[in-house]
Amino acid sequence: RGNALNIVVCGKVIPASSVTIELDPSSKRMVRKGVAHELDPAAASAVEEGLRLTEKHGGAVTLITMGISDATIGIRNALAMGAASAVHILDDAVAGSDTLGTAKLLAAAIAKQQFDLVICATESSDSYSGIVPGQIAYLLGLPPVTFAKEVSVEGTTVTIKRQSETGYEIVEASLPALVTVTSGINEPRYPQLKGIMAAKKKEIKLYTAAELGVPLDQVGERGAREKVLTIGRPPKRQAGRIVVDQGDGGKQIADFLAEIKVI
Amino acid sequence: MAELIWVYAEILDGKVTTTTLEMLAKAAQAGTAEAVLLGPAPDEAAATLARHGASKIYRSADAVYAECLTLPAAETVAGLIEKYRPAVMLFASSYAGRDVVSNLSARLDCGAITDVADFVLKDGRVEATIPALGGSYQNTATIENQGTKLLVVRPKSFEPKVDEQPLTVEEVPPATGEAIRRVRRKQTVVVKREGPQLEGAKTIVSGGRGLRGEENFAMLKELADLLEGAVGATRAAVDAGWVPYAMQIGQTGKTVKPDLYIACGISGAVQHLSGMKTSKYIVSINKDPDAPLFQYSDFGVVGDVFKVVPQLIEELRKRKGGA
Ligand SMILES: Cc1cc2nc3c(=O)[nH]c(=O)nc-3n(C[C@H](O)[C@H](O)[C@H](O)COP(=O)(O)OP(=O)(O)OC[C@H]3O[C@@H](n4cnc5c(N)ncnc54)[C@H](O)[C@@H]3O)c2cc1C
Ligand SMILES: Nc1ncnc2c1ncn2[C@@H]1O[C@H](COP(=O)(O)O)[C@@H](O)[C@H]1O
Repeated sequence: RGNALNIVVCGKVIPASSVTIELDPSSKRMVRKGVAHELDPAAASAVEEGLRLTEKHGGAVTLITMGISDATIGIRNALAMGAASAVHILDDAVAGSDTLGTAKLLAAAIAKQQFDLVICATESSDSYSGIVPGQIAYLLGLPPVTFAKEVSVEGTTVTIKRQSETGYEIVEASLPALVTVTSGINEPRYPQLKGIMAAKKKEIKLYTAAELGVPLDQVGERGAREKVLTIGRPPKRQAGRIVVDQGDGGKQIADFLAEIKVI
Repeated sequence: MAELIWVYAEILDGKVTTTTLEMLAKAAQAGTAEAVLLGPAPDEAAATLARHGASKIYRSADAVYAECLTLPAAETVAGLIEKYRPAVMLFASSYAGRDVVSNLSARLDCGAITDVADFVLKDGRVEATIPALGGSYQNTATIENQGTKLLVVRPKSFEPKVDEQPLTVEEVPPATGEAIRRVRRKQTVVVKREGPQLEGAKTIVSGGRGLRGEENFAMLKELADLLEGAVGATRAAVDAGWVPYAMQIGQTGKTVKPDLYIACGISGAVQHLSGMKTSKYIVSINKDPDAPLFQYSDFGVVGDVFKVVPQLIEELRKRKGGA
């Protein structure tokens, strides 16, 4: 079919939501090794949106992720949901990349694919910088169509409902384009047994930075322009008064409000 | 000489946004503040910026910035940065701010620091304070690049300040060409919001999953009305479809800083905390004594919202009517 959509989804695999993410005092980076990982829920929504579009128009979804070897579990999840293939940028040299280093690697991996549309989540759940997608769009010369709470494709035009402070906007661009999707855009499907079995046979293509042709001084810790200087904990709020409701909890709050002169 | 700090100004609902004014206050305190204002804006917008510390305003009122969003704005700002080389440029962590800064950070190959709560600037070097991982950490970070440092600033990080400057406007030529018109805004839909808004509310009554359903938000509205406040919610309540996204408070919703925040049936996940924990007073009602939000509360009641809130409403009515 002429109108089939080839979609690349960029998604992260991150420490599972059950894990309290810690920072490593020496590297000042998140502790990622040795903790349970899962497909970022935000990335799952991006995959879901890609799948819905390809189910409607034909075509296929490719997931691209950059991450450590533990990321495989999340990649398999996306494949089990229905993504046709995956690309994993796996290279010790890219650990500690800042947003722009990450975007350069992802852009180089995307450029190796045949695609009509790139879908990212507006922000990742662990680092939530929210600027990697816009950087990728610039690097690839794609129009950035951002903060979508609905996406549709008609011919060679992609149209979204763009979240705004006061409602939404209808925004469009011609393909190829990059779309970012907000967290509430859909309810990602759970992989079914058939999908899980099929995922085992799907290809996960591995790349290093060198294979992607991204110079090593642009990525990883060495290439990072953003540098964490110190890590610390915020000042604790002074402990307040906690009471157990004995039938007068509402009255006690009213008393407190009087005390702070709100009433 | 004081270093040049630029602010990317935004307009919302026909007014300069509060975050723009917050950033200007910080910029004027840390250096010489100037603003860039692109696209249609009310006549008094430039004067508002000058009154809040902007000693110069770069301005184009061209409609292309409204019609085509990010690309023309990034092109114009990139040109201005190359010409004037400010030490720092600040962007709000808003839809437009994030879009423009992400494009610029790649275009100028300079990167950016995001989620900035504060910064110091010394000899061209920036040291920013970042509340990482939903605010469970507080880090400092810098950015090493030759040119302008791009910072994305959290709302409510600074207090707007009146700091009258003579109105100096430099008209800049609008971006042109086909390439910047590749994203087109066809329509703007304003979803009608009723009652007082979260932005600027002195009191916020907020509900979470513990509210159990849409209908029970009426009780929070009643409480908020008595306190002349607005109603907010957690993502759990928004995702359940009980209330619209405009009411969501937290990392992926609004950042608020009211004098009083009353949390009803909210556990206190880091992503929620990061949007409200700098409120002056926090009161929470939760049936679980171990709910993390209690650790941030000035006053907490371990109890059932369906008992405590109605009693509080009744009590406020009594005290208002009676005393
Ligand atoms: C990337 C990302 C971004 C996010 N962004 C946001 C965000 O912007 N804002 C946000 O809020 N969340 C956000 N979240 C979700 C967040 O992690 C939590 O899931 C959410 O805040 C929980 O909402 P809640 O407190 O209403 O629900 P729960 O955590 O389920 O808490 C409900 C609470 O209600 C109490 N309760 C139940 N019944 C009663 C009763 N009858 N009386 C009294 N108490 C009762 C329970 O004890 C419980 O503590 C985000 C998550 C991710 C991963
Ligand atoms: N390591 C990564 N692998 C794949 N996609 C990523 C990665 N980092 C960022 N992205 C994409 O960029 C979006 C925003 O990420 P962030 O800038 O970290 O908030 C994510 O939701 C992904 O779509």
